[in-house]
Amino acid sequence: MKDNNAMQPVLSENLIEVKDLQKYFKGGEIKALDGINTEIKKGEVVVVIGPSGSGKSTFLRCLNLLEVPTGGQIFFEGVDITDAKTNINLHRQKMGMVFQLFNLFPHMTILRNLTIGPMKLQKKSKEEAEKTAMELLARVGLADRANAYPSQLSGGQKQRIAIVRALCMKPDVMLFDEPTSALDPEMVGEVLEVMRDLAKENMTMIIVTHEMNFAREVASRVIFMDNGMIIEENTPDELFTNPQSERLKNFLSKVL
Amino acid sequence: MILSGIWEQISTFFVDLWITVSTFFIDFGTDFAHQFYLAFIKDDRYMHLVTGLQNTLIVTFFALLLGVVLGVVVALVRSSWDKNHETMRPGIGKSLLGFFNGLCKVYLTVIRGTPVVVQIMIIFFVIMASSNNKILAGVIAFGINSGAYVAEIIRSGIMSIDGGQMEAGRSLGFNYTQTMIFIILPQAFKNVLPALANEFIVLLKETAVAGYVGLTDLTRGANIIRSITYQSFMPLIGVALIYLAMVMFFTWLVGKLERRLRSSER
Repeated sequence: MKDNNAMQPVLSENLIEVKDLQKYFKGGEIKALDGINTEIKKGEVVVVIGPSGSGKSTFLRCLNLLEVPTGGQIFFEGVDITDAKTNINLHRQKMGMVFQLFNLFPHMTILRNLTIGPMKLQKKSKEEAEKTAMELLARVGLADRANAYPSQLSGGQKQRIAIVRALCMKPDVMLFDEPTSALDPEMVGEVLEVMRDLAKENMTMIIVTHEMNFAREVASRVIFMDNGMIIEENTPDELFTNPQSERLKNFLSKVL
Repeated sequence: MILSGIWEQISTFFVDLWITVSTFFIDFGTDFAHQFYLAFIKDDRYMHLVTGLQNTLIVTFFALLLGVVLGVVVALVRSSWDKNHETMRPGIGKSLLGFFNGLCKVYLTVIRGTPVVVQIMIIFFVIMASSNNKILAGVIAFGINSGAYVAEIIRSGIMSIDGGQMEAGRSLGFNYTQTMIFIILPQAFKNVLPALANEFIVLLKETAVAGYVGLTDLTRGANIIRSITYQSFMPLIGVALIYLAMVMFFTWLVGKLERRLRSSER
């Protein structure tokens, strides 16, 4: 594997390259992704927006192969992960993922949720893994819940823990699949706050969300998808104030 | 009219029952100690029950082990196929899994579709015809039988776990097997513990048919005493109480385990 620190300046390096990505369901009847091309550079915060059914979640889930693409290629850190010979498990350790429904492991304490990955996969000692976990927990303000079980937490707390669980693996990119969609409105803020901090620390992030204000604030680039295709991509200021296509204008008029 | 007829039948039943029970106590009541002596004490006849109990426990224990191992393997093959065959890349892996899935389905159909008494007789008289090891035949027959039921119980447990758990495990970088071991199976096991306990109780009691191949289990021990003394009451009620005590003890044990697993989540 390449040494990431040697690849300065960070913004010039393509972390992820997507080439003509396709995902069909039911033998081609449904084209969830119909030829996606894009690059994600190190340190970029890319927000993907679009109407429901536009394929934005499928796109995100293809990036770490939770959905196996029907066609096209995805290069992650220079390696074609869609190649059947690639061991995807190794690359997934470098791609943190946060789900809409948190998906914490209910039979483990919070601390165990956070340390099982580093301990089993990266062969970290218990002390080392717990030290990292406690530091990150403290940063999201949940250090006192380390020995609680997921069922004892609120939705917002669960999602913050889920973000920390992904961060404990020291990923190079974080994928967020509608991280605030299942939360009560008063809990959305605390999760966005954590994500905002991450963005400030130059974490590469790809975020599927309906939070347009958040997208405007943190995104370095916004991608608008519809019918499995990228319709427009631009800086948030340009994209929101000066939409080019009819579809984006139509979409923005409904959500803003 | 019909109702009064049923009522008559019910009342006749209870009157008959009362007569049977009271006759027993009148005839044998004062003689209870002597009956007990004849059935269990004289000529050390209780040893038939001791030997029988030993064999029942040995067969149950090893059949349980075999059943759980078989059950987990079959459940993993079946659920892996059910959940993944649509998204798997074609290749040797998929063909192999498909083949084993078919094999497991045949196993489940045959074992669940035939009586366990027939199965143990086939194992002992046909497959192991050259051997006279009744205990081994019992362990194999009951193990294979129980495995089929355990497999379906564990499979239902695996299928009941939300798909997001597998995705979360895989997204961290765990492979399929690791995710199963660390994340899915512990949750599935907890969910199906009551059903598993029930299957174990059924297995313990089912070994009572081992007498069909001449294995001296607890039930056959009682039957031997019965054939010596020509008295049915003492040995049969005796073994019934022994089975009951074992099942109650086991139920208590599982209840404790269940509470412990549950309390860890509160």
